[in-house]
Amino acid sequence: MRITEHPILEFLRGEEISFFYNGQELKGFEGETIAAALHAAGVKVLGHSHTMHRPRGLFCAIGNCSSCLMVVDGEPNVRICVEKLKPGMRVETQQGKGSLK
Amino acid sequence: MKEIEVLIIGGGPAGLSAASAAANLGASVLVLERDELPGGQLVKQTHKFFGSKKQYAGDRGFQIGNLLIEQCKTSAKVEVWTNTTALGIYEDGVVTAESQDEHVKIKPKKIIVATGASEKMIVFPNNDLPGIYGAGAVQTLMNVHGIVPGQRVLMIGAGNIGLIVSYQLMQAGVEIAAIIEAAPAIGGYLVHASKIRRAGVPILTSHTITEAYGQESVEGAVICKLDENWQPIQGTEQDLKVDVICLAVGLSPLTELCFQADCRMKYVPELSGHVPIRDEYLETTRPGLYVAGDVSGVEEASSAMVEGRLAGISAAYSLGYGLEAAPKLQEEALAELNELRSGPAGHKTMKGIMKLMDKGEVVC
Amino acid sequence: MLNKTGIPTAEDVKKVSPSPDRLKKGPVAIIECFQEIPCNPCTEACKQGAIQPMEDINNLPKLDFEICNGCGVCLSRCPGLAIFIVDGSYSDREAVVRIPYEYLPVPKVGDKVTGLNRSGEELGVFEIIKVQSGGQKNKTYTLWLVVPQDLAMDVRSIRLGGLRHAI
Repeated sequence: MRITEHPILEFLRGEEISFFYNGQELKGFEGETIAAALHAAGVKVLGHSHTMHRPRGLFCAIGNCSSCLMVVDGEPNVRICVEKLKPGMRVETQQGKGSLK
Repeated sequence: MKEIEVLIIGGGPAGLSAASAAANLGASVLVLERDELPGGQLVKQTHKFFGSKKQYAGDRGFQIGNLLIEQCKTSAKVEVWTNTTALGIYEDGVVTAESQDEHVKIKPKKIIVATGASEKMIVFPNNDLPGIYGAGAVQTLMNVHGIVPGQRVLMIGAGNIGLIVSYQLMQAGVEIAAIIEAAPAIGGYLVHASKIRRAGVPILTSHTITEAYGQESVEGAVICKLDENWQPIQGTEQDLKVDVICLAVGLSPLTELCFQADCRMKYVPELSGHVPIRDEYLETTRPGLYVAGDVSGVEEASSAMVEGRLAGISAAYSLGYGLEAAPKLQEEALAELNELRSGPAGHKTMKGIMKLMDKGEVVC
Repeated sequence: MLNKTGIPTAEDVKKVSPSPDRLKKGPVAIIECFQEIPCNPCTEACKQGAIQPMEDINNLPKLDFEICNGCGVCLSRCPGLAIFIVDGSYSDREAVVRIPYEYLPVPKVGDKVTGLNRSGEELGVFEIIKVQSGGQKNKTYTLWLVVPQDLAMDVRSIRLGGLRHAI
């Protein structure tokens, strides 16, 4: 849910771009984080915890808490709350802890 | 290895103020900021700041943030590295950092740690559901990216952050179901509370959350009243249909680097946790390492900016800059801090600093 | 209690209220600032000399009702949005209350809005007769509401409009 007008702030958004979330094409804006774009698209569950498999969402939004780790262009454990969205990016739900190449 | 006179870790209100103060006296400064943009939490604040003209009172937080960024940008003596996270401070004085996937080494003459604070968490069933956010996350999402977290919010905590973020949510068109606070009184400024209350938002003191519920994300929360011993009162439960629960339950100083650098630390509840012991010019027990802002005790951004200025002046002075001007500037900054903290609102901080410095009398 | 609910009590309000005679004479500021916090922009905003300079920045503002002409500069400068202007001289039966406003949508002149008291309770539907912009930097609007005389010291907010984001 994007704010369209605000009494105090102005939001200068970049170019609209496409990216892929679990294979599905979504739109976002250049310059924003992956988490912001997913949130705006209504994606609240970003993954599940390893042991109890409980849903995980955005929590701190500044790269502290590891609640938003996803696989981005094949790389696991990316903190999508601080990683910038790029055109054509492939963002996938992470299963397990991810492994070294 | 990058060599620099003053290294500042953290580009928020304290760090940026420290940078321009040190640079104004002639020192070369490098600021490390882990985020993409400097400004810290200031750039996410839509309300006008309190204080006096000297702390930019009347300007909105984001405007002050932009001003501090501009001051650093236009100074030839200040370099700001964004997307850079400090990793460690070593015995030989080398500081390591991760900068855009590169491991970098920096050799500073003086260090100012201005890392700020992190948000606290509280315990209740299902507190890990998506839809539960730290207040800082809501601010980032809403005021940086222009995205609202949901439709209807339960705010937990009526300190300044809980009140301010509630107001910001309302400005973005989001409904606040209630603001609850476990303490018997509102902790934040009452003018913030009153402006929210008169717009129709209930502020419930002596209330806590007993659980959140929802399948894949928050669908509601149960709150209840607390007695004078902070125990839940049976039969006072209320079910609120909300899709967002926002936690504004306090901050802890981000002191890992101070611990790691072997600064002597002390637990001072009034300053919100473990903080480094320091002298009145903000130098810690590790010579040449200064602290400023929330890392030295959680407070308002106004005092963080003055502390930053004080630490910047002190670091530059110790390098031989501003031999004439610095002592006077230091006294001015100390007087401002004293002024900001001398009223009832600053009582807790004053008490904390007294404990920290083991002094019988109040010294900033 | 103000510090438990955010709602100033009748006694709180009484402390900052001018006399009924003064209200009748014309616009005057009501500074609803009840907590000592380090803050002084109102003292610098007042060009009339009605808000006295503070000895200590933590002092509560002191307003001389006789000097205050209700210009409203302090209203738009107060960081706490705690200052209102009340004009009891508007007509026999009606007064004008000016309130600070930082939400959207901004009402227009002629709009009928629901007035709220300090607790957020509805007091009736009132007309907006003037909307002052705070300007590019300040951004705080001042809304002028016409209210019955007996509600002039009670109306302090308006019901906010609908959602303003795409769903």
